[in-house]
Amino acid sequence: MSTTDIAEKMVDRAAARAGTGRGGLLRRLATSPLGMAALLVDLLLLLLVVFGPMIWGAAAEEFDVDNMNSPPTDGHLFGTDSLGRDILLRVLVATRLSIGLALGATAIGAVIGLLLGAIPAVAGPRVGRAVVAVVNVAVAFPGLLLALFFASIFGASPSGAMLALGVAFAPGFARLTQTLTAGVVGRDYVSAARVIGVGRLRIIGRHLLPNVADTLVVNISLSAGGALLAFAGLSFLGLGVQAPSYDWGRMLFDGLDGIYVNPAAALAPGLAIVLAGLALNLTGEVGAQLVGRRVGSARLPAKPATGAATSVADGPDGSPGADDLVLDLRGLTVSFPRGRGEKSVPVRGVDLRIARGEAVGILGESGSGKSLTAMSVARLVPDPARVDVQSLTFEGRDLSANTSRELRRMLGTTMSVVFQDLMSSFNPVMKVGRQLAEVATEHQGIGRRAALDRAIGRLRSVSISRAEQRALQYPHELSGGMRQRAMIAMGLMGSPTLLIADEPTTALDATVQRRVLQLIAGVRAAEQSALLLISHDVAVVAAMCDRILVMYAGRVVEDIPVDDLLAGPRHPYSRALLAAVPTIQTDRSQSLRTIEGRPPQPADYPIGCAFAERCAFASEKCQQDPVLEPIDNGSVACWHPQQGPVPGVVIDSPAVVSRQRATTATAGPVMPSHEPSRTRERGR
Amino acid sequence: MEFVRRYETGAGWCPDNRGMAQQTASTAVEQSPSERPQRSPWLGFLLRRTVRLVVSLFALITFAFLIIHLVPGDPVRKALGLNASPELVSSIRAELGFDLPLWQQYLKYLGDLFSGNLGVSLASRLPVGETIGNLLPNTLLLAVIAFVVVMVIAVPLGMLMAVLTQNGRRRGVELSFTTVSIVVSAIPEFLLAVGLVYLFAVTNPWFPIAGMDGPASFVLPVAALALGPIAAMSRIVRVEALAVLGLDFIRTARAKRLPAWRIYLRHALPNALTATLTLSGLLLSGLVAGTVLVETIFAWPGLGPSLVSSILDNDYPLVQAIVLVYGGLVLLINFVVDILLGLADPRSTIKET
Ligand code: SF4
Repeated sequence: MSTTDIAEKMVDRAAARAGTGRGGLLRRLATSPLGMAALLVDLLLLLLVVFGPMIWGAAAEEFDVDNMNSPPTDGHLFGTDSLGRDILLRVLVATRLSIGLALGATAIGAVIGLLLGAIPAVAGPRVGRAVVAVVNVAVAFPGLLLALFFASIFGASPSGAMLALGVAFAPGFARLTQTLTAGVVGRDYVSAARVIGVGRLRIIGRHLLPNVADTLVVNISLSAGGALLAFAGLSFLGLGVQAPSYDWGRMLFDGLDGIYVNPAAALAPGLAIVLAGLALNLTGEVGAQLVGRRVGSARLPAKPATGAATSVADGPDGSPGADDLVLDLRGLTVSFPRGRGEKSVPVRGVDLRIARGEAVGILGESGSGKSLTAMSVARLVPDPARVDVQSLTFEGRDLSANTSRELRRMLGTTMSVVFQDLMSSFNPVMKVGRQLAEVATEHQGIGRRAALDRAIGRLRSVSISRAEQRALQYPHELSGGMRQRAMIAMGLMGSPTLLIADEPTTALDATVQRRVLQLIAGVRAAEQSALLLISHDVAVVAAMCDRILVMYAGRVVEDIPVDDLLAGPRHPYSRALLAAVPTIQTDRSQSLRTIEGRPPQPADYPIGCAFAERCAFASEKCQQDPVLEPIDNGSVACWHPQQGPVPGVVIDSPAVVSRQRATTATAGPVMPSHEPSRTRERGR
Repeated sequence: MEFVRRYETGAGWCPDNRGMAQQTASTAVEQSPSERPQRSPWLGFLLRRTVRLVVSLFALITFAFLIIHLVPGDPVRKALGLNASPELVSSIRAELGFDLPLWQQYLKYLGDLFSGNLGVSLASRLPVGETIGNLLPNTLLLAVIAFVVVMVIAVPLGMLMAVLTQNGRRRGVELSFTTVSIVVSAIPEFLLAVGLVYLFAVTNPWFPIAGMDGPASFVLPVAALALGPIAAMSRIVRVEALAVLGLDFIRTARAKRLPAWRIYLRHALPNALTATLTLSGLLLSGLVAGTVLVETIFAWPGLGPSLVSSILDNDYPLVQAIVLVYGGLVLLINFVVDILLGLADPRSTIKET
């Protein structure tokens, strides 16, 4: 065995792993009811193709001179044609020719198409590009039109029509092959095969085709359906099968002449065409779904969620009166149905109170339920999820009831949401200014022109230069940082009393991050609005917030003023988070990976403290649910609260943000007083 | 429905017309966010598309020219039949320029074409240009009306279905809609035409069955052309709209507390239409092709029956001209759709650079 052979074996194995794993498509088809039905009709068609002409071939040619052009009678279920031949028998017999010609055309199309399509993958770039260009133009033509074009060359005969149809189908196959192979060619093992000098044809045969085979088979089946219909069309036009031969299209042509005398003569072959076409199409479609669904169909067995005991604990002693609260959320539970009556509960009993002007941060790993909590507050959780609250009050208004127009207007102007910008939070086909102005036209009854002016003003206030022009641009024409600022400006179209920011800086680089945070802090100062900031980054929340809720596995495990957090939190998880804060040398985006173990998934939250598995202080007792209990200036849900500073922690704030405290804020125990401003040491 | 399959398999002429809504968010190219406004990419885009159109048209003309030369056997003998006298055959050969070398014939063909001379039909001896001038408008009228009908019905229907069935609500509605639309769109227009003739002309004589005579005569041909595409297109609109409704900017719109109709119509719909617009080229081309069959069934005074009869008669000058007309139409439609797409979705002009 030569080294090349061995190398190729290895490449093959890699391909097998990366490939879709062929085989069994038929078996899987049979498991779906629709696929089963399609396969049954396919089988019936096959039997007719093979045996139809043998059994009824002669009888279908018999003239019944007494019954010419007769409508359906006992002897002739669908009547007879102009020569008195039985329509039903002829339809059955014509199956062979109709299907045979369609399959022939498909085969011709597939072969030509495959060859054409594989050329760009293996030929030189210039030839490849030329082929792609030709295919691109040809594929824009409807198949039937191309078939008609080529029929003018090949002539009006069954073989001519088959050839014409085959050539007409080729560009589609070529395009498909190109798309598929282009996806495969980029993969490592094909490059590897090329590097070790495997010949081009061999690459096509051994590495490319097998990997796209399933998809091709499905498409060939779909095309066979299309070819059947198209061929019937050609025969119907008189360009395909010629008398005395007959296929369904030809019969339809003959039957249409006598449709007033015996409609069945036209309808019967028509029905046959539809049925056969549907069966072939259905086979392909169900197959396509199976091929497409291969990944991700594995289902985890759902564990019943542990009783979502709402650990309602009143916040820190002496909660401020309702008047001082912007937001009062009690007993929030979010659940997703998982089918079969089961559900997963990613948020289980969260309370959240935010005082006027207060800045609250929610800290947690992804999957802790922090974003869902914020979205529940904003009532933006998408539909399959179920949001249950004991109460949800914003600005003294009950939000758990249905939305009235008036409530919507109130929310639209007083509660602003700043999303994590992944480019996707703006409507890509609407100008930025319009998207901002919408808030004003909708909720404040301002004309379009005036609303746009206000939008420009807001853009300017978030220091976007040349705001007039920016407002007339589309989101993709703005940089990431600019979009994020525009998003904040959108929140400023009203006068927000609560600003909800969900990971507002995650996708941004350090410099931009700092500017955005400064901006949010500035907005808070100017509008005296409260802030609910969601982040996984200790440094960000520490820089921005007065009070921090640490979430783990769908619950709040600690509620603590920011200074106490920095001085040393009580909960072992909070301490671990702090300990994992990167120093200057480490990469911030990886900050939380350093806590050993993984957080549990909502489907299998354990009984007792969810952190127990990763906790160094866990004991027997921790198998009972710890409840959020007041401690010091905050509260903690832990059986063994810790004390003292976390060793080796240097909070390296990304933003030189002086924590702004709105001057009107009523200082209470929820908002421990701090120095009015504190500048942290800049890390870089 | 051909365009549906292309949509679903990604084998359409637009390389990424599958699930365009999902890509809306992800494939957007991060433009260099320089402070200076970028030069409009429009000019380059327009130029590239125009060049593509011209090159394609040239290829089409060459193909049309070659038809007569690719026919196996002697095309003139075929066209005139075995009984034609040798003198007639040779005079027609001379008329068609068959005595010249191929490249000279090609140049002559090009020259004739650009001076508007499409030749003379071998069967009817009428100038081809005149025949086409008489018939083409009727074909176009039929195709365009069918196209408008499809769009006017399919887009609202698909959007409505998306809103009704989003997040897995109303499974029953979804199932019946999908089933009906799959079945209807699997029936080719000529069969629909036969069924319609049976139902509305034979059984209930409500509409005329043949010819073009007044508004009533449009009903059956247009219905035969439009029913399948309506079913298919509304399904696509629904799928695209559902995908769009799951995107982040819809959440942003909800966060702005916009009324539902505004979210659906102003934010979701335009984004869901990218795919529809992209496919509308294939749709209109498909409708043009469909007219060939439908016109034949309804004896419509269009170009379709002439194409068929000219192929059957081996009337090559007529075949060549009609191939040019249909082919040119398809290319032109795609060109226009491309340009419109560039206008509607500003990123598509940039994506390909
Ligand atoms: S309750 Fe127990 S396991 Fe949970 S954090 Fe506290 S000490 Fe650790």
